[in-house]
Amino acid sequence: MAVHPPAGSGLVVPGYERPSGAHPPLDFARYRSTALRAPRRPLVLLPHRLTEITGPLLGAERITPADADLTAQHEDEPQGQRIIVSGRVLDTGGRAVPDTLIEIWQPNAAGRYRHQVDDHPAPLDPNFTGVGRCLTDSQGRYRFVTIKPGSYPWRNHPNAWRPAHIHFSLFGRAFTQRLVTQMYFPGDPLFFQDPIFNSVPEAARDRMISRFDLELTVPERALGFRWDIVLRGRGAAVFEQPDGHR
Amino acid sequence: MSAGLTPSQTVGPFLAIGLPWPDGPFVVPEDTPGAITITGVVRDGAGDPVTDALVETWQADPDGRFAHPDDPRGAASPGFRGFGRCPTGSDGSYRIVTLKPGALPSPDGGTEAPHLDVSVFARGLLDRVVTRIYFPDEEQANTADPVLASIADRGGVATLIARPSPDNARLRFDIHLQGDRETVFFDV
Repeated sequence: MAVHPPAGSGLVVPGYERPSGAHPPLDFARYRSTALRAPRRPLVLLPHRLTEITGPLLGAERITPADADLTAQHEDEPQGQRIIVSGRVLDTGGRAVPDTLIEIWQPNAAGRYRHQVDDHPAPLDPNFTGVGRCLTDSQGRYRFVTIKPGSYPWRNHPNAWRPAHIHFSLFGRAFTQRLVTQMYFPGDPLFFQDPIFNSVPEAARDRMISRFDLELTVPERALGFRWDIVLRGRGAAVFEQPDGHR
Repeated sequence: MSAGLTPSQTVGPFLAIGLPWPDGPFVVPEDTPGAITITGVVRDGAGDPVTDALVETWQADPDGRFAHPDDPRGAASPGFRGFGRCPTGSDGSYRIVTLKPGALPSPDGGTEAPHLDVSVFARGLLDRVVTRIYFPDEEQANTADPVLASIADRGGVATLIARPSPDNARLRFDIHLQGDRETVFFDV
């Protein structure tokens, strides 16, 4: 769609798409922690202006190549199944998102986070912190080496267990593209009872599940899981002349 | 080719192992001339402090420019990070040290009053919530701001304006996720 600068400012601000049907609702009773935290009043629509179409471009100075290998951050190797997690960061238009910071965190192979609040009586692993960072390359590709996270119980409902997952945080290139999500593993038997996974509209849930990839698998070393992450793409300019300029 | 958007998921209770940065709260170093400190407490619907949240801010520099190539006026000179990030403490509080941003031209012809865009992440939030911090000493600009003007619930506008201190160097901005004093949040 052609865009024209509106009279008055001369600024053209290409907004980002507002795809529906992907994100979970904030108010989702099966996930009990939403009860006192999800806002009750309707959200106010914020058309995308300069603050929303720009965003922090961070990273190169914040990371070293070693940050992408969670199995090499200590004197010895962590316990657990070594895995490669790799894929591309794209936008909904299919364009690669290059040079963008990805941050991940996860529990160890026994399902315990290195966090003082995690009281799950599973062993900590002195050789595993569970935190990684990397930048996508010019094609939007990323790659982490880690160990497969364990499942763990929580107190949301009787006998509740989280499916194995890795937390992902992404910036994209605009405030509007910011995304925090979780990557899951194929065939996890715990999906059916997990309110966080199931808070997402059914048609979009499989977008959170990585797939096993033999090509990514390193012989005699580590299993490969491929996962592409899709951020919001550019839409048309939000502000257009109401008369005759379309 | 088009691809399906990846859904958001909660940061969960353990974000503190992965997301805080030692320099996160410091958009600028504390001894920068003109630096301001924005502090506040994140509270839930019961009024209790949210001790496992992450507050992130994004803003223009004092001239109203962004260090970003998509600023159609041309990118500002680099050096101003524009981004702040602070986990809440055991009292639910956060702190951001920054410079007051300038006003911005709006594509619809108006002028946006100085503001910061804010994201809040927490256990119990399946997606981030987004709000804005405006400044108490910008009454006229706030009145003309197109975003504040778009808020139908006029009583909610006050939730977006930080509270001053005598020296204007410290501002208070509490975030109420829910309840009688619920902050206005945006669908971004």
